[in-house]
Amino acid sequence: MRHTISVLVENKFGVLARIAGLFSARGYNIASLAVSETLDPTISYMTIVVEAQDEKILEQIKKQLNKLIDVITVTDFTKREHIDRELVLVKVSLSAKDKAKLEAILDRFVAKIIQHKAKTAIIEAVGDQSQIKQLLEGLEKFGIQELVRTGRIAIAN
Amino acid sequence: MTGAQILLECLKREGVEVMFGYPGGSVLPLFDCLYDRDIKFILTRHEQGAAHAADGYARATGKVGVCVATSGPGATNLTTGIANAYMDSIPVVAITGQVKTYLIGNDAFQEADVTGVTRPITKHNYLVKDVKELARIVREAFHIASTGRPGPVLIDIPVDIQQQNTDFIWPEEVVIRGYKPTYFGHPGQIKKAAKLISQAKRPILYVGGGIIASGAHGELKQLAEKTQIPVTMTLMGLGSFPGTHQLSLGMLGMHGTVYANHAIMDADLIIAVGARFDDRVTGRIDAFAPAAKIIHIDIDPASISKNIRVDVPIVGDAKNILAHLLQEIKQLPDTSEWLKTISSWKKKYPLRYIDEGRLKPQYIIEQIYEATKGEAIIVTEVGQNQMWAAQWYKYDKPRTFLSSGGLGTMGFGFPAAIGAKVGCPDKIVFDIAGDGSIQMNIQELATCVSNKINIKVAILNNGYLGMVRQWQELFYKKRYSYTNIYNPDFVKLAESYGAVGIRVTKKEEVSSAIEKALNTENTVFLDFHIEPEENVFPMVPAGEAINRMIGGMA
Repeated sequence: MRHTISVLVENKFGVLARIAGLFSARGYNIASLAVSETLDPTISYMTIVVEAQDEKILEQIKKQLNKLIDVITVTDFTKREHIDRELVLVKVSLSAKDKAKLEAILDRFVAKIIQHKAKTAIIEAVGDQSQIKQLLEGLEKFGIQELVRTGRIAIAN
Repeated sequence: MTGAQILLECLKREGVEVMFGYPGGSVLPLFDCLYDRDIKFILTRHEQGAAHAADGYARATGKVGVCVATSGPGATNLTTGIANAYMDSIPVVAITGQVKTYLIGNDAFQEADVTGVTRPITKHNYLVKDVKELARIVREAFHIASTGRPGPVLIDIPVDIQQQNTDFIWPEEVVIRGYKPTYFGHPGQIKKAAKLISQAKRPILYVGGGIIASGAHGELKQLAEKTQIPVTMTLMGLGSFPGTHQLSLGMLGMHGTVYANHAIMDADLIIAVGARFDDRVTGRIDAFAPAAKIIHIDIDPASISKNIRVDVPIVGDAKNILAHLLQEIKQLPDTSEWLKTISSWKKKYPLRYIDEGRLKPQYIIEQIYEATKGEAIIVTEVGQNQMWAAQWYKYDKPRTFLSSGGLGTMGFGFPAAIGAKVGCPDKIVFDIAGDGSIQMNIQELATCVSNKINIKVAILNNGYLGMVRQWQELFYKKRYSYTNIYNPDFVKLAESYGAVGIRVTKKEEVSSAIEKALNTENTVFLDFHIEPEENVFPMVPAGEAINRMIGGMA
């Protein structure tokens, strides 16, 4: 099962390597990882989506993260109300005659065409996990040529 | 002051009396400062020796051990010692030189990414990029190494930082927002534990190195005596409770006593303190102590419920929690039946060996125990020698049994014994070694002789890498693949370094040889030629339940 964890860390060189190293050394899987500065330039915010088979492993992951000296707080969103979003860029095959069809799909999401060339279009979309999943299913019939995702970011309600 | 001067001033203020290490290009400014300072420096003959010596010093004294090496190979040679300290939660500060800041990342001469290499084997590490940060970093390093669950911290200092000048500002306080160990246990949890203890019929205290790190041996003894609960110790816990005490069951686990393993398997309550349910202790985990409720006291929350489900977790310092628990236990459990059962196991399945034929290693350890009146610091290498030393010497005080528990590092014992002797010059320090292990850091003979460090090394010489041979005998059809080893003449070798060598081949010679060694003001190699295929028993085969022991079952 996937769990979303946010981690506040010291904004120092090597911190990302400590987090990544912890996951690889202990055999935990990261599904996605997003890192950025916060309003306080000495602190970075990480949103980590982890694969954990059971509660025990999730607990270990949180405890091991907390043990790192550069980790300030760890928040588990599994049982907390939160909002999460992901931004995706999708390049699809698109001929001029199909454009209206594509726009009809995009209208149901927070998504738009940001570039349209002769045979392809690049779409930008923002949404939670299930919205992005539905959008990608809708786009499949056009032929997805390339897909880039930021990974999930999350904030507590 | 220069960076090098600041470093030494910080070490002085941290109370560092001695450092172990080896010079090199990237620590030249530091060594130049050392030249006219009064801080004691022990030059080892290999950086690995320096790291183990710092570790042994820390284990014997409870103070932070310090080792120093140059960049690149100097630093990578420290890593085994650092990993060893990490696995056993030993407070060590390792200081390494690094190439000049502007060369970092250029594959410069003797460059290695040492903070990268040591990240998974240190509690924390630092690369100093600004001389103004050096004092704060050193202060933090000592604080982190010695508090909470202790461990090694590495400080990597580029050579130009050592040369740069700045004002020395000693940070009075250490503030690390991501590091706040818990010292006092949750009162509600302690009440729950006290209640479980009062109701228990077959309780057992299962204690580890955390008792020693926390200095909780006094509280442990009070608790055991007050409640009449028997105590079993991990390898790391030996010495935390008197081995001669009638409530002591000795060591448990793979080579533990039969009665300790039976007791923990049949217990209805396990009170684990500063121990981590390691696989060498639990054996097959799903068969471990099926009827037991578990109270787990540890300063590291990540140790709790990692390997085994726990009913009452209590995070905090063992000394504080045991003291609190002593107050909370109002009704004492009735353990008289339980102690009778245990005492019948003790009679039925004592530790034993067959003392016939060639010289037996168990006998040698017993004789060392007699000769030193149980008051020596025993350091071990890794393998059969280590297990015999754990089984056949009785440790009544903490910090008297120093052994590589978690990492199982051959070559640990000899340099660690050097560190222990430097830290405790008035104690007899004995390294119990195998002929394989001793050759892994034998170069430290030069360190002993040149610094007049007086250590006794008992080499249990069987001509084999004994523990591996034992497994090959028992589980690989006696196919002794590369475990039969060629050895030098250890007596002549010791002599060539200026130490003393004594060869012993007969039982009758053992006690006089030990006496002679103890009366020699020099490091002595006692080369005991023992029964070549003697095994360590009892033994739990890997992956078995820990009451399924072979050997020693009467």
